Amino acid sequence: MQKKVFQLLVDNTSGVLSRISGLFSRRGYNIESITAGTTSNPEYTRITIVASGDEAILEQIEKQVGKLIDVREIRELKPDSSVYRELILIKVRATDVQRQSIVSVSDIFRAKIIDVDIDSMIIELTGSQSKIDAFLNLLHDYEILEIARTGIAGLRRGSEGVIGTDR
Amino acid sequence: MLGADAMARCLKEENVGVVFGYPGVAICPFFNSMLSVDIERVLVRTEQNAAHMASGYARISGKVGVCVATSGPGATNLITGIATAYADSIPIVCITGQVDSGQLGSDVFQEADITGAVESFVKYSYLVKNVEDIPRIFREAFHIASTGRRGPVLIDVPIDIQNAVISRFVYPAEVNLRTYKPTVKGHTEQIKKVIKAITGSKRPIICVGGGVHLSDATYEVRNFAHKYGIPVVSTLMGLSVMPTNDPLYFGMVGNNGKPYANKAMNESDLIIMIGARVADRAISQPDLIMDNTVLVHIDVDPAEIGKNVGPHIPLVGDIKAIFEEINKYDAECNCADWVETLNGYKADAPQRKKPRAEYVDPAVFITMLSEKLNDDAIYVADVGQNQMWSCGYHIVKNGRFLTSGGMGTMGYSIPAAIGARAAEPQRQIVAVCGDGSFQMSMMELATMQQHGLPVKIIIFHNGYLGLVREYQYHVYKGHYSVVDLSGSPDFGKLSEAYGIPFYKLKNMEGASKVLDDFLSCKDPALMEVMIDPMDVVK
Repeated sequence: MQKKVFQLLVDNTSGVLSRISGLFSRRGYNIESITAGTTSNPEYTRITIVASGDEAILEQIEKQVGKLIDVREIRELKPDSSVYRELILIKVRATDVQRQSIVSVSDIFRAKIIDVDIDSMIIELTGSQSKIDAFLNLLHDYEILEIARTGIAGLRRGSEGVIGTDR
Repeated sequence: MLGADAMARCLKEENVGVVFGYPGVAICPFFNSMLSVDIERVLVRTEQNAAHMASGYARISGKVGVCVATSGPGATNLITGIATAYADSIPIVCITGQVDSGQLGSDVFQEADITGAVESFVKYSYLVKNVEDIPRIFREAFHIASTGRRGPVLIDVPIDIQNAVISRFVYPAEVNLRTYKPTVKGHTEQIKKVIKAITGSKRPIICVGGGVHLSDATYEVRNFAHKYGIPVVSTLMGLSVMPTNDPLYFGMVGNNGKPYANKAMNESDLIIMIGARVADRAISQPDLIMDNTVLVHIDVDPAEIGKNVGPHIPLVGDIKAIFEEINKYDAECNCADWVETLNGYKADAPQRKKPRAEYVDPAVFITMLSEKLNDDAIYVADVGQNQMWSCGYHIVKNGRFLTSGGMGTMGYSIPAAIGARAAEPQRQIVAVCGDGSFQMSMMELATMQQHGLPVKIIIFHNGYLGLVREYQYHVYKGHYSVVDLSGSPDFGKLSEAYGIPFYKLKNMEGASKVLDDFLSCKDPALMEVMIDPMDVVK
């Protein structure tokens, strides 16, 4: 099993997300995360998919997704030539005595405290998946109440091979 | 001009000759507008068969077949037909009526999310939300269905859109789909590699699939085989690419194919797969062929290449375009010895065990039938034992062999034959089915009578769902469950009820004469052939 990150540029038609996610479920492909958002041209949507499987499955994923009529392009975002980012929101139990130490851990990771309540706080962190995992690991001693993760978004480095989204 | 008028006009622009369909309130505006265009409308007896007829029509005419149904149950009834067309990559456009777009999603009467339901069986689907989009959507739908890897496209049109006024009807001359650009021309470097591989090969074999028919490349592929004297085997869908008696042809591969065809594949040093999927029924262990063999895989769909087996030389593109190109090159190939070896295998092939003499021997019967058929006859096989016998013993001259391959949909033969008849009314067409598959679509006898689309139908009557019975014999020690077809009607009386001439053959005695009478009489006709209930495929 290995993981690959795919970047898709798709026509922003109604149902395009269900067409893509439906393809994954009916062919039994594993999807670890999927994020979507419009590009500078509202007619296009950029999707980042993290998928896992063996080499043959990952190749099929690229070909089958690429075959969908709405998909203009699919390419692998290779780790050494791409940047990935994920955003996570963590609600953690924070009593008076705990609060300061949570803040210091957050500072080390450049995480932001975006909400504080009597006995809890919400922390926001953006970064690579390994950074987020490391941060979660450090919060292990605290009681985590809720987590929301966006899944990763990614882009290839440099201007080479950029597919324009001009109208 | 209303949306419905625009829809009818689009079909006219696409040069559609016939639509197969079934009405309902949600598609009534369209059928009303169809009165003003000269396109034939065929009323089927159940929607599934409208899709099968469109499929048979598409496969014989080379054009896109069109079927139409209403919302809700009409649309959902189409699904098996759509899935059947999808599995065999047949270009059809399915038009469905839909409830008022303002009521979509509120579970009103006869509402079904058909675009959602068929998602995994269509190449693409549209839910029309704006009447002005109709010309563009129809243009795109026909383009998508008939290019690249062919397949079904569904257009769902809410009734209020059909009734809305379209301000301007302009049928687009060009399709502008920035996300869809199938490869047509083969890569020159890859073509050169194929030529080189042929030159180095001592035991080459060509395996043809349904893609050769879909690309209308029979002529080019035959030329290619004959140019170098390379032997040819076929998948189920590739039957009739080669005439059965062509000296270079060595039958169908797969677990229901000829043993010498499989042997040819196993012993070759170069396999040229053309428009075939390397699917499970054709090649049971794809990994095995790679050991000592160079595999060339030619297909229009890049996703098929490497799906089941990794080829050494992939070649993506339209088969006709590729072989027009390949045939311009010259390779050295001397495989006369190899063909000789294969002829030896063929001569040694074991003969089928004879069934009891009080019944018709399907193998002998089918061979006799095909000898009597016209040179360009269309033979439509259904699904089951009858299909396997048809594959094994029908001798194709220069006609076509149609069947449901990928999906194995019972009841396909009669509607597909009717669709073929609509495409080419002059050609001889015979549908061969079992007593099980016949009863799945016998309601269409009325359709062919009503619309002047008569075909010849042969029923292999063994009183069982034979292929499942055979399976239960082997796997469940002969404990037969739900395979006994007792209760079937008297097919002679049924024929009479529909006003169709009837012939019956109890055993091989006088078979030639009965077949002559059956084939020479005016269409339609129905023939019941009694088969040993315990007869098996091999």
